[in-house]
Amino acid sequence: MSEQLPKPPHPYPGKLITVEGIDGSGKSTQLLLLHKWLESKGHRVFFTEWNSSELVKDTTKRGKKNKSLTPTTFSLLHATDFASRLYHEILPPLKAGMIVLADRYMYTAFARDVVRGVSPEWIRKLYSFAITPDMAFYYRVPIEVAISRLLGGTRGQLKYYEAGMDMNLAQDVTESFRIFQSNILAQYEKIVDEYQLITMDATKDIEAQQNEMRQLVGEALKEYKPRRGTHGRRTVFWRRFDVPKPE
Amino acid sequence: MVDAQYFGDGLTYLNPSDLRGKLIAIEGTDGVGRSTHIEMLQEWLEVQGYGVVTTGWTRSNLMSKTIEMAKEGNILDRWSFSLLYATDFADRLEHEIIPALRSGFIVLADRYIYTAFARDLVRSGNRQWVRDVFGFALIPDLVCYMRIDIETLVLRVIETKGMNFWESGMDLRLGNDLYDSFKKYQSLLIEEFDKMTEEFHFEVIDARKSPDEIQAELRAKIQPLLATNLRSMKLPSDHHTQPAPST
Repeated sequence: MSEQLPKPPHPYPGKLITVEGIDGSGKSTQLLLLHKWLESKGHRVFFTEWNSSELVKDTTKRGKKNKSLTPTTFSLLHATDFASRLYHEILPPLKAGMIVLADRYMYTAFARDVVRGVSPEWIRKLYSFAITPDMAFYYRVPIEVAISRLLGGTRGQLKYYEAGMDMNLAQDVTESFRIFQSNILAQYEKIVDEYQLITMDATKDIEAQQNEMRQLVGEALKEYKPRRGTHGRRTVFWRRFDVPKPE
Repeated sequence: MVDAQYFGDGLTYLNPSDLRGKLIAIEGTDGVGRSTHIEMLQEWLEVQGYGVVTTGWTRSNLMSKTIEMAKEGNILDRWSFSLLYATDFADRLEHEIIPALRSGFIVLADRYIYTAFARDLVRSGNRQWVRDVFGFALIPDLVCYMRIDIETLVLRVIETKGMNFWESGMDLRLGNDLYDSFKKYQSLLIEEFDKMTEEFHFEVIDARKSPDEIQAELRAKIQPLLATNLRSMKLPSDHHTQPAPST
């Protein structure tokens, strides 16, 4: 791992902002709120999510269903999904000068796939084609807080793979989740240092966290000039082509 | 393969030391006659009493459909292209190849990781990444490379199954039509296979010869391996029994 030099920033005019964290850390909520704010500021924003490309979503689903996925095929499928989204969803908007928001990035694989049993060196080489985000947030949360959020709150139950039930860690879903996600938390702690992720305290109130995130993003976007401000464009367009209303 | 080894960063959760069978890869460009010869080899080995399992590129349960879909859609980027093949290979390695080797079967692989290396190199000009990706592959006991020159190959393919989009590397836009593209693409692949011959110790078989001669050469390369297979058996009493019943 140490032999890998830090990658230079990407050369594109757009900005890439990513969020990481275990299930129940509230990272998706934070990213959604950031999305709303950026749009309200007139930015063009593109959102992309882990394991969502059409190409491999069905395959992953099928593999999970008949339980034939191994740590390596699980990992490779997610890398394929990522590659496909990088090429089709992340790079074009960045080249066009847009802001890209990614719910989970390669760090998810570095944490989760290693816990599932693949080599930490191999997984980093696998993703060596990825570009470095402009800002990578990590929502740090204690395991008990995550569990109580997932059980008590929005979803009401723990999902089979989120709980690592395929790994036979424990009979009980909650206990399995606790073991599996605690291991992932430990991996994230290493990654935070290795890749200098911006650590956020995910135990705070949603608004407090969001304020902090907006401040940091606002600061980072100071120098950023969107290539094409759509609002500006639209006014110009209407001014030039507005048809005079008949009296 | 008593002292079986991984090509690079291996499967950390799977110790390859107890693999009693033999892994034989038949490599070579499209239309060179690999599958015909593998069928004949299987027959020859089974008559002698060896258990044989064959495995073919893109034929995994998990991925064959996905790869078909991706090729039809014609939307593959360079990374997904190689990662889909890597996933297919990993699925077959863990569910077919390793279990068969553990039970003492001879595994005949129609294409192996070198096909992926050649195809990726032609698309990326970079050798390292794809080799890192396939680090979990087992090093075969024997790689037979069925070598052909482009002029002979072109005639043979036109006479038999014809040229298709992917075998012609049409995604690379190397030529104006299928014929030009096929010729350029396959020439590049042959060139890369030739380069890999020394690096990976391929046994070269002249695929321009008659099928009988080719088959005889293949058998001559495989024969010495069978002798060591019997010698390397752990229990002396096994000398009198054949490795495993055929499927």
